[in-house]
Amino acid sequence: MNILKFFTAGSVDDGKSTLIGRLLYDTDSILADQLEALQSSNRKNDDGSIDLAILTDGLRAEREQGITIDVAYKYFQTEKRKFIIADTPGHIQYTRNMVTGASTANLAIILIDARNGVVEQTIRHSYIVSLLGIKHVVVCINKMDMVGYNETVYSAIIEKYKVLAQQLKLSDVTYIPVSALKGDNIVQNSGNMDWYEGESLLHFLEKVDTDNLDKSQLARMSVQWVVRPQTEELHDYRGYAGRVLSGTFNLNDKVTVLPGGASSTVEKIDFFDQTLDAAHAGQSVVIHLKDDVDISRGDTIVNASALPQETKLIEADLCWMDTRTLDTSIMYNIQHNSKITKCKISEILHKVDINSLEKHAAEEFKLNDIGRVIVKTADALAFDLYDDNRANGSAILVDTRTNLTVGALMFRAAVE
Amino acid sequence: MSTYNFDYLDELEAEAIHILREVAGQFEKPALLFSGGKDSITLVRLAEKAFRPGKFPFPLVHIDTGHNFEETITYRDQMVERIGERLIIGSVQESIDQGKVVEQTGKNASRNALQTVTLLDTIAKYQFDACIGGARRDEEKARAKERIFSVRDEFGQWDPKRQRPELWNIYNGKIHKGENIRVFPISNWTELDVWNYIRREKIDLPSIYFSHERDCITRNGQLMAASPFLNMDSDDIVERKQVRFRTVGDMSCTAAVESDATLIDDIISEISASKISERGARMDDKVSEAAMEDRKKGGYF
Repeated sequence: MNILKFFTAGSVDDGKSTLIGRLLYDTDSILADQLEALQSSNRKNDDGSIDLAILTDGLRAEREQGITIDVAYKYFQTEKRKFIIADTPGHIQYTRNMVTGASTANLAIILIDARNGVVEQTIRHSYIVSLLGIKHVVVCINKMDMVGYNETVYSAIIEKYKVLAQQLKLSDVTYIPVSALKGDNIVQNSGNMDWYEGESLLHFLEKVDTDNLDKSQLARMSVQWVVRPQTEELHDYRGYAGRVLSGTFNLNDKVTVLPGGASSTVEKIDFFDQTLDAAHAGQSVVIHLKDDVDISRGDTIVNASALPQETKLIEADLCWMDTRTLDTSIMYNIQHNSKITKCKISEILHKVDINSLEKHAAEEFKLNDIGRVIVKTADALAFDLYDDNRANGSAILVDTRTNLTVGALMFRAAVE
Repeated sequence: MSTYNFDYLDELEAEAIHILREVAGQFEKPALLFSGGKDSITLVRLAEKAFRPGKFPFPLVHIDTGHNFEETITYRDQMVERIGERLIIGSVQESIDQGKVVEQTGKNASRNALQTVTLLDTIAKYQFDACIGGARRDEEKARAKERIFSVRDEFGQWDPKRQRPELWNIYNGKIHKGENIRVFPISNWTELDVWNYIRREKIDLPSIYFSHERDCITRNGQLMAASPFLNMDSDDIVERKQVRFRTVGDMSCTAAVESDATLIDDIISEISASKISERGARMDDKVSEAAMEDRKKGGYF
């Protein structure tokens, strides 16, 4: 059994929380006492049934206002798979929350209200999915009950979305007509839409290829901690602890340590009481090298035959996440895996209007703005392009005055 | 490429180890909050996997309400002995004796809420800048929105509206002096995941997690262990029951469930079929719909 992390973007009116509530409810993932709290709550649907949306609205302000403000994580499992849902608000003022939720997901559910079709926010949500490089997209045409479960309505929406998907280079898109409120095609296949021959949403989620395992040849590990017991019997023990970001390290592989470019060979891979022949993407291990190389936290160990980029000037997409606007005259901290160094945003190339996808020149970056910038770092970063290697192609910006995380960066090119 | 089996427990484990190592790398004086419950016991195993054969780069800290199950304390002391790491105890009784907190009175009196003061005092005394805890997002709806690195101000308060975005697997641990960070490495685990992990890793647990006979009384529809710490009156009927506990907390606020589960396998099948969530066995959450949110804002774990 493995894990599928997916994210849902949508506004209150699309029934996103209802959809998640329905998945939890119909997979029996709501426990008796939670259900009791739900039933005793004052919020009910018009027909008196339980408002399933309450299940995902965790904070008091959200319950009071009936909206989702933050990212909420929900968990459920079936016999086939464990699921982690990042439930995010869909309004434009919560773009940063969507970006956050999307950053760890390998599948996105985009909700479209069957009555309204592809609208501005559909474009926005789909843009974020493409920006964050989420591989699989499921477009749920929701509220089919409100359009008489009409196939023509569904087909027209799909045709329109296909144009958008092509524009955004979303290659793996699946369409499902649903009613979250009534439960059509969420867990069980609906009897109301015989014309739909595909699977229910849950069945699709259970079998989609998660691709959790990075199959690239880009073996990368950011060193988090040096294990040095310095005891008598382990006097010379010196291991580099970290999580393999991508690719595979095998025993005797030639590796390069960046910065510096020192070469060595993988001598031993420890994992607690085991020694391993190989360390794969996702695994947290301790690697020993044959040579005595000076390595500290934040350094990157990489496959010697597939080196990453190493520059101090990087072209990147930036999502600004702070109420204080970007200041191109000051230094920020940039955190790339376990490496932290100073940086400046030296140039704003363009901003994207995420409702229309139009690019335009810009002087400033405000909360929720997204666009292309040039980042100038104090120390060179050993990175890959985001589309090739998400784990080694992303970074955050931290404002040293407030310590807040103010920006998300996706590396697009090394600037020569 | 060689194939390997990396299942959901491996993935959760690797993520938690990564988080623990980030704490070690980013903070000067971290601590691991150890309650004696299965979640913090799991954290200790994860810390062994993160740092052995080296020492833990942090001590264990137990906030002792003085109203513990004896089995928990025995377990704690044996475990500390086995792993050879440092244990710091913050005592709620001491906070009461010093007049910093006032013992609750009445039938539902509990020391659970008093722990917050002792915890904050202990953090201040040792100047901990990061406290690792075993909370999980599936426990409760306010927790579902909490970050893995969760900033507390100098009063220990959590501000749900000013949480930092947490992207990819990058954790921002920068704080101002006086602030600290609570870190939750098993945020993405469910109760069942923890049990499956304990089974897989063959981790020993305090005996109260397994079925045993105990004198109990029924309070607000829940079974409470009869003990000197529980304010009882003549209405309370003591009954001998076959029970176990699903969480380990203060004796005055942790409810038992009737159970014959004597083995981990029994517990896992019991939980899989169960219709009461784990925090449902905690009377402290029942006060209002926003009970946990309020306590977290006040500095609770």
